[in-house]
Amino acid sequence: MKSFALIAVILTGWLLLSAVSDFPDWGDTESPANDYRLSQHYITETFPESSVPNMVTAVLADYRGYDTMFETVVIFVAGIAIMSILRRKPLDHLKDKGKETRTYKKDPDLIIDTTCRLMIPIIQLFALYVVAHGHHSPGGGFQGGVIFGASFILLALSRDLQAAQRWVPEKRVLNLAGIGILIYSGFGFACMLLGSNFLDYEILHKIMPATPVEARSHSMLGVEIGVAFTCTAIMFSIYSNLASNGDMKETL
Amino acid sequence: MELFEALSTKFNYWIYIIIMMIGLYAMISKNNLVKKLIGMSIFQTAIILFYVSIGVKEGATIPILYHDQVHPSHGDSHHEADTGHGEDHHPSHEEIVANLHIEPDDFGNPLPHVLMLTAIVVGVATLGVGLALTQKVYRDFGSIEESEILKSIKSAK
Repeated sequence: MKSFALIAVILTGWLLLSAVSDFPDWGDTESPANDYRLSQHYITETFPESSVPNMVTAVLADYRGYDTMFETVVIFVAGIAIMSILRRKPLDHLKDKGKETRTYKKDPDLIIDTTCRLMIPIIQLFALYVVAHGHHSPGGGFQGGVIFGASFILLALSRDLQAAQRWVPEKRVLNLAGIGILIYSGFGFACMLLGSNFLDYEILHKIMPATPVEARSHSMLGVEIGVAFTCTAIMFSIYSNLASNGDMKETL
Repeated sequence: MELFEALSTKFNYWIYIIIMMIGLYAMISKNNLVKKLIGMSIFQTAIILFYVSIGVKEGATIPILYHDQVHPSHGDSHHEADTGHGEDHHPSHEEIVANLHIEPDDFGNPLPHVLMLTAIVVGVATLGVGLALTQKVYRDFGSIEESEILKSIKSAK
C-alpha cells in the first residue's frame, strides 16, 4: 500500500510540476487572475458602489452573497451532523463499575483561573470589534465568530464543560446557529419584499436611515452579524461534542 | 541557471505541489484515521496557499483602501476651501468618489482571498465531521487503525 501510494504521489506530483512552467510568475500583475476585469472591478468600484473600503468583505457579503449565505448553512449543517453522529446520553453504568474514578470537579488552578478570567472578556470584546469593524479593516463575521467561540472554548478548557455550558447550553447553541441564518436570509427576503432581488441590499434604503449606497454597507454589517452568530455557536458545539465524546459531561 | 530562474519566479507553485503531495501521501498510505485527517488538512492548506499566491501582485498591499483615500478631509484642504465649513465638514460619498483615484495594481486581488475564506470554513466543517466520524468508529470498533477495523469487520462476518 505504501509503495503504491508513493508511486501515485510521485506520478501526480510530476504531472503537476510539469505544468508549473505554464503558470504566471509570482506577483505578476499581468496574470490572467489579476488582469481580469472582474477583479479590477472589485478593486476600483467597490467603494463607489457600496462605500465599503474592505473589498474582501464587500465581495464576500454583497457581490457573492449567495455563496456566503450557503457557506453559513454549510457550517450549520456540519454542526448538526456532528451532534447527530456523536450525541448520546451519558453512560451512567460506566461510573457504577468504578472504572472511571477520575474526579472531574477539580479545584481550579489559581494561575490558569485568574489568567482566563482576565483573558476571556478581552477576547470577546476583540471578537465584537472584528465583527463590527469587519467592513473597514481586516475582519468579518466568520473571523469574529470563531474568536468569540474560542473564548467559550477557553472557558471550557480552563474550568470544565459545565462552566461554559452555563453560558451556552446546547439549546442556546442551536437557537443561536438558527438565528444567524435567519438574520442572513431575513436581509435577503426583506429585499424581496421591497420589490428587488434576493440579497440586493440597495433597496433597503427605504427602511434604513441611509442612502442606497450606505444601505449596502449597513446590510453587509447585518449579514456579518448573522454569520458571527452561527459561527460562534457551531464552533463551541463542535468543540464540546468532540471533547466530551458526545455525552456533554466530562472533557479533556 | 535557467532552472534556478524557473524555481525563483514560480517557487509558490513548487511549494504548494510539495505540500499537497505530502497531504495526498498521508491520506493514502497512513493506517491511522486521525493521521489521514491530518493529511486532508495539509492538502487543504496547499490549495489555500495556491489560491492566495495567485492573488499576489508585486508591490501591492492588502485589498483594503487606505484610510486617507476614504476619509480625505484629514489634512486635505481641498474640500474645506470649496465649502468653507471649517474642520467639522465631512465630505459626502459623492464628493469622496469624485476625488477618488484607485490604481488596480496597488491592491492585491480580493477574489482569491474571498474564495479561500469560504474554503477555510468548509475545511473546518469537514475536519470536524471527519473527527466526529472517527470518534464514532472508535466507539464501535475500539480502534482507529484501519487494518484492525477491517479485521474486526471480517471476523464479524
